[in-house]
Amino acid sequence: MKNKSLVSINDYSKEEQLRVLEVAREFEANPVQTILKDHVIASLFFEPSTRTRLSFESAINRLGGKIVGFSEASNTSVKKGESLRDTILTIANYSDLIVMRNPVEGSARFASEISPVPIINAGDGSNQHPTQTLLDLYSIIKTQGTLDNLHVAFVGDLKYGRTVHSLVIALCNYNTTFHLVSPVELKLPSSVKMHIKEKNLAYHQYTQLDEVIPNVDTLYMTRIQKERFSDPLEFERIKNSYNLHKDMLHTTKENFRILHPMPRVNEIHINVDPDPRAYYFQQALNGVYVRQALLAIMLGMR
Amino acid sequence: MNEKVKELKVSAIENGTVIDHIPASAVFQVIKMLKLDEFDQMVLFGTNLESKKYGSKGIIKVSNKFFKPEELNKISLVAPHASVIEIKDYQVVKKTIVEIPDNITAIVKCFNPNCITNIEVITTRFDVVDKEEIRLKCRYCEKITVKNNMVFK
Repeated sequence: MKNKSLVSINDYSKEEQLRVLEVAREFEANPVQTILKDHVIASLFFEPSTRTRLSFESAINRLGGKIVGFSEASNTSVKKGESLRDTILTIANYSDLIVMRNPVEGSARFASEISPVPIINAGDGSNQHPTQTLLDLYSIIKTQGTLDNLHVAFVGDLKYGRTVHSLVIALCNYNTTFHLVSPVELKLPSSVKMHIKEKNLAYHQYTQLDEVIPNVDTLYMTRIQKERFSDPLEFERIKNSYNLHKDMLHTTKENFRILHPMPRVNEIHINVDPDPRAYYFQQALNGVYVRQALLAIMLGMR
Repeated sequence: MNEKVKELKVSAIENGTVIDHIPASAVFQVIKMLKLDEFDQMVLFGTNLESKKYGSKGIIKVSNKFFKPEELNKISLVAPHASVIEIKDYQVVKKTIVEIPDNITAIVKCFNPNCITNIEVITTRFDVVDKEEIRLKCRYCEKITVKNNMVFK
């Protein structure tokens, strides 16, 4: 796995994914280790991102690495019309590894083909965001003790939610039973369902949130964006039916946990936050450990 | 009898390759894909010819040229039922049918306008994920380009 780019979650086998999670656990136990003090890591964010960029930078800092890069493209040579090819070939000269977010789909795969140093895809448009998937898997294994044979509910925008697609595909390796809760307009696309069917796994579709809560181990919430609806009245009609309140949590399994890739708007009421079953802030913290693990593995330090 | 009449419409070649059963609408596309517009030997073609099987068809005859299977298989995207006949001394020596390949390089544009291949100068590459319906998955943006929105470069 040394020097192997991570562009799409499927670039890593199940064993490789589990290896990252295992190393992440080690960093969680001991987060400050200056193993990358001789490394320079480029952090190229061609579009703004808060969580992903800061969690990468936090991971790099905790490992003692140095960061070069930018957090938006407006002050860079890209604005002058430089191609991505030239940007990557140049910055690869200055760094040992490149973390890149770029709104253009496929840009990370292209970068990984031309770059002499490994690339971590921190999001390429609506396509892939594999480090989010790894931190989601880590959050599930930490809260459930296993990834195998779980009942996982996905709620909200299952059509456009890139984090949902990648996590569903990744969970197909673990005999998951899927509970898919969404408005009809935002159902999981057939291209993703294909993966569930290929593995002969069970999935159930719902339009109401409350009925799945008592039966699942993990509830993965996502935001429904108004712009996804052609009819704004339709959005007004359904928007509150996918909002989670404290009162909806009276009957759950003991191991039940709520995850959310964040940012949240109002799909989880703040009255849920103090509940021990609310896990989304720890989930964001897990992103640092998982990214530490990836950096260490890719740079040959683990 | 009928066959003979057809043959007369586009004269026979002594040596080379005949590509038959091309949909009439795809003849010029096939010429482009095989770079026959740049070829320096005799190329004969006919289009909107009568075909018992397909209603109308096109045919291309290329002198002194024998294609590699991978060259010919790319035309399967526009001419999935094309037959390829190799001719030596006016005699048929080999007859094959084109096959849809497992991957497609360079000839198709990715349907996704936000794909890197439509923004920078990059050779497109696709995996053929469905040979029946012809669905191509872009190796870069991972989106699917289907037959109806396929644009050739």
